[in-house]
Amino acid sequence: MTLQFGNPDRPNSYIGKTVPRPNAARLVEGRGKYVDDIVLPRMVHVAFVRSPFAHANINSIETADALSVKGVLRVLTGADLAEVCTPWVAVLAHLKGLKSPPEHPMAVDRACWVGEPVVAVVATSRAAAEDGAELVDVDYEQLPVVTDMMTALDKDTPVLHPEMGDNLAFQRINEEGDIEAAFAGAHRVVSAQFSTARHTGITLEPRSILVDWNPAEAQMTAYHATQAPHMMQTVLAKHLNLAESRVRVICGDVGGSYGIKVHVYPDEVATAAIAKIMGRPVKFIADRLESFTTDIHARDHKIEAKIAVDKDGKILGFDVDDWTAIGAYSVYPRTSAIEGNQVINLCGGPYDFADYRAKTTVVFQNKTPTCQYRAVGHPIAVAITEGLVDMAAAELGLDPIEIRRRNMYADDAYPVTSPAKMRFEGLSHHQSMDKLVELMDYDALRADQAEARKKGIYRGIGIAAFIELTNPSPFMYGIGGARISAQDGCTVRMDPDGSIVALSGVTEQGQGTEAMLSQIVAEGVGVRPNNVRVITGDTQVTPYGGGTWASRGAGIGGEAALRAGRALRESILEVAATMLQADQNNLDIRDGEVVDSDTGAARMPLEELGRIVYFRGDTLPEDLPRELVQTRHYITSEYPFAFTNGVQASYVEVDTDTGEVTLLKHWCVEDCGRIINPQLVDEQIRGGIVQGLGGALFEEIHYDEEGQLLNGSMADYLVPMAAEMPDMVIGHVETPTKESELGAKGAGEAGTAGAPAAVMNAINDALRPKGAQVSAMPFTPERILRALGEIED
Amino acid sequence: MKASVGGYARATDLQHAITLLEAADGMARVLAGGQSLVAAMNMRLSTGDLLVDISRLSELRGVTDEGDTIRIGALTRHVDVEGNALVRDHAPLLADAVKVIAHAAIRNRGTIGGALALADPAAEFPACVLALGATLHVMGSDGERTIAVEDFFQGLFETELEPEEILTAISIPKAEMGERQVLQEVTRRSGDYALAGLCLVKRQGGHRVTMLSVGEQPELATDAMAKLDDGDIEGAIVSLRAEIDPPSDTKASAKYRRHIAGVLLRRAVDQVTGDAR
Ligand SMILES: Cc1cc2nc3c(=O)[nH]c(=O)nc-3n(C[C@H](O)[C@H](O)[C@H](O)COP(=O)(O)OP(=O)(O)OC[C@H]3O[C@@H](n4cnc5c(N)ncnc54)[C@H](O)[C@@H]3O)c2cc1C
Repeated sequence: MTLQFGNPDRPNSYIGKTVPRPNAARLVEGRGKYVDDIVLPRMVHVAFVRSPFAHANINSIETADALSVKGVLRVLTGADLAEVCTPWVAVLAHLKGLKSPPEHPMAVDRACWVGEPVVAVVATSRAAAEDGAELVDVDYEQLPVVTDMMTALDKDTPVLHPEMGDNLAFQRINEEGDIEAAFAGAHRVVSAQFSTARHTGITLEPRSILVDWNPAEAQMTAYHATQAPHMMQTVLAKHLNLAESRVRVICGDVGGSYGIKVHVYPDEVATAAIAKIMGRPVKFIADRLESFTTDIHARDHKIEAKIAVDKDGKILGFDVDDWTAIGAYSVYPRTSAIEGNQVINLCGGPYDFADYRAKTTVVFQNKTPTCQYRAVGHPIAVAITEGLVDMAAAELGLDPIEIRRRNMYADDAYPVTSPAKMRFEGLSHHQSMDKLVELMDYDALRADQAEARKKGIYRGIGIAAFIELTNPSPFMYGIGGARISAQDGCTVRMDPDGSIVALSGVTEQGQGTEAMLSQIVAEGVGVRPNNVRVITGDTQVTPYGGGTWASRGAGIGGEAALRAGRALRESILEVAATMLQADQNNLDIRDGEVVDSDTGAARMPLEELGRIVYFRGDTLPEDLPRELVQTRHYITSEYPFAFTNGVQASYVEVDTDTGEVTLLKHWCVEDCGRIINPQLVDEQIRGGIVQGLGGALFEEIHYDEEGQLLNGSMADYLVPMAAEMPDMVIGHVETPTKESELGAKGAGEAGTAGAPAAVMNAINDALRPKGAQVSAMPFTPERILRALGEIED
Repeated sequence: MKASVGGYARATDLQHAITLLEAADGMARVLAGGQSLVAAMNMRLSTGDLLVDISRLSELRGVTDEGDTIRIGALTRHVDVEGNALVRDHAPLLADAVKVIAHAAIRNRGTIGGALALADPAAEFPACVLALGATLHVMGSDGERTIAVEDFFQGLFETELEPEEILTAISIPKAEMGERQVLQEVTRRSGDYALAGLCLVKRQGGHRVTMLSVGEQPELATDAMAKLDDGDIEGAIVSLRAEIDPPSDTKASAKYRRHIAGVLLRRAVDQVTGDAR
């Protein structure tokens, strides 16, 4: 029996409804249990001495003073840890040519960025460990630094890792058709330079890990704020030389991740290594300065790009030259080449055109490593694409909506393969655009803009269409050799009281995974969501899975949960049919009761069925299967990714005297396929937009030429805050993926993908009468005034 | 990071506080609202000092009418400065300033005395009290003394205060009939320290202009003031841009701040003359 998603009155119709989040009350009451809340017997704390230089040899380390501090138990160097922990190399086979040197949990004889861990001080309290860390004397010998991206490959630039030969980590060209001919024959070619600033993900809860090593059982337990517990299990086992089965990763409440917590961090592996050396539980909680200097950074890109159009505004081709600098190492195990790779896979995404060339050049430098952060590569690709489309429209005197309508893939064109070789199963660009135009009342907004301009007020409208990569298959990491599961699983069981427990391999980072799973399982089995307890984040307990990344939780984990729930429902009904001497096909489960499926008449509550199965199994036929537990796994196989689409709009006001940008309103219409929980999707979109707006207007990590990070605090690194955020209107189109019964695609990154481009286009729309244009993010007041020629060097 | 504190003592009265400070021989810090000091301690920018907590000294809190002046106790919290009727009537600049200082949680604890003693060039109160021509009251082991605000700020985070002295109150001359006091600033986000800010006080005796975030300490922009007194607004803008020496940092360059100084002055003048848009 298939689920009648179209019928809102169907029994147990929880999929598609806003149901309360099971963990909300607990978290709001302050009863969450984060890693830092866990205290184990004999637990100690570690603080790290970090390199104050971007590049330096470590000549010697003096630890005696630190050891004399009250409470300090042990001081360990990189060489000490190297004895129990092997280094890693973050490359993937399918990213051809990607190279990166071996990386240790702590620098052994050379530090390559400011913040790299050099010495670990273990003490009975974090404060004592910090007191000790202040007294460790490291003799550094400074080395020449590589900090500028665009000169990293020049002949006279020092090579950061001599054994690598040069500073090039990865390069790839994604090419289709005859780009030279397309541009030669074009009616107009518009080119521009774009840059997106190095920024980071700012999780409310910093990175946290507590590792307990039990030598008697050769068992390691890591309480870890992570998105991917099973991946971490593999990593810890492999590099600490343990059996994978003897590493248990437990991931309780997590205070935000955004990609920051899906990577392997040297200090976290060091913490595990120290636990093994000392035979005591060791806790490491990053402080905010450590978050800024050691959480992965992202989005440090400079791009030269051009678009070719014919006289009707039909796009002929895109030519993109993307550069990114990833810091000193590629990050393990997902690698730091993915972001650039995504940029060249995603440019031009919404549009039907023929000729494409996009090249990414990924270089090393002496800064904090960069890696995947929410909407990996998307905001960059969307800014390039949508920036160029708007500039072309302005050149041709076309309305920005009109030029997009002339170029977006027709809604009935699918399946198609784009010039960037992305395969689209089914998208809804035109429907989404129509809905957006209606929601924002585009004509009225244009009238308001014209009215304001008469008063000397500069307002602008920006549009940004986008595609988003979700539900990844093994094509993302698995084919490259990484032990990162694209498959996910769910076990659903019924206990004697008729309640349901669901164990899932996807994880809860605060985004509502457990709410989503509870309503899917509730509908799948036929109980109320509050009768489903969801357990995630424990490698010893849940089915093996990938966790949270690339917007996969609902699409992959949700489908596994649905299948497991449906299977359990069948198991229950088989038992019920025997007990009630009825035909199984005439029975259903609704609201926790076995009912007659035609009339809805109650036949037996689940708790009665549970009582008999578990306590009076003797009364049932001996050969009756009585497993009230089912596990299902799910993996996408027909498409490498389930693409979603959408379009955003921004309305801004620019103060041309001060350069301040005020966000007046923001709209997003997106298509994530089947919506499981409307509120959760809306909030994902809103939260994602906020992070995108941060990238557009505020967020930028500053380094000086020596590779010193200049703004490592919440006062100096500006995150978007509520007062500056506009009202946001969210709309949806639903094109379920046909690969799964659930039909859900991801929704976690769409907001972030499109928001920066929408703001950029809005600012440029406002500034166009003044002949000014910006394309370097974030759009600070200063950059706006410089574009206006108000200040010059 | 965890703070590293040399000790903590809660003062029972002003004299007790001064005795504690004196005994510590330069190794003590006054703790008022803690909104700047505790943040610095939590980044180990300030370590090892004895904290002398004066926050319970109720004699240092509140606003009184002293005839030609109002007297604001050093421990008066930002939120209470904003809400005080005497301040609103006689020194509205201070009440306006509170609206743009930080966020509610900080305004509920931070004190005007703490803000002045800290002498952060990016803070609002120092620039405001300089524009208003305040007098600062200070208590030390040798008794009380007063310092004219023009002499109080002595560079980046530096003041005339001795280590064992406590700022007890600030006297502000009451606004004259028809006096105008305005604050203009540009911030990246509401509640942030301003990229640049400007206080303009227009009295019968002339204009007073001070700025925040454009130098090591708040200073009177005397050239611009003279031009304003002459009614030369364009000249005042040119002078103001010339007489400040703003810093460059990750939030804005000196060039931007210099440019904005002129924009803010024009806006302040427009506001005073009623031409504000
Ligand atoms: C996130 C954040 C944002 C902020 N934004 C702004 C802003 O936009 N604008 C702004 O102006 N301020 C801002 N502040 C600072 C805030 O206004 C502080 O409260 C104020 O600067 C210090 O007051 P306090 O009472 O908290 O002083 P404390 O932190 O207790 O002390 C500050 C310093 O002054 C000394 N001190 C305090 N009182 C006395 C006294 N009576 N006599 C002698 N010495 C004394 C202390 O020893 C210490 O050195 C911000 C603070 C934070 C945390």
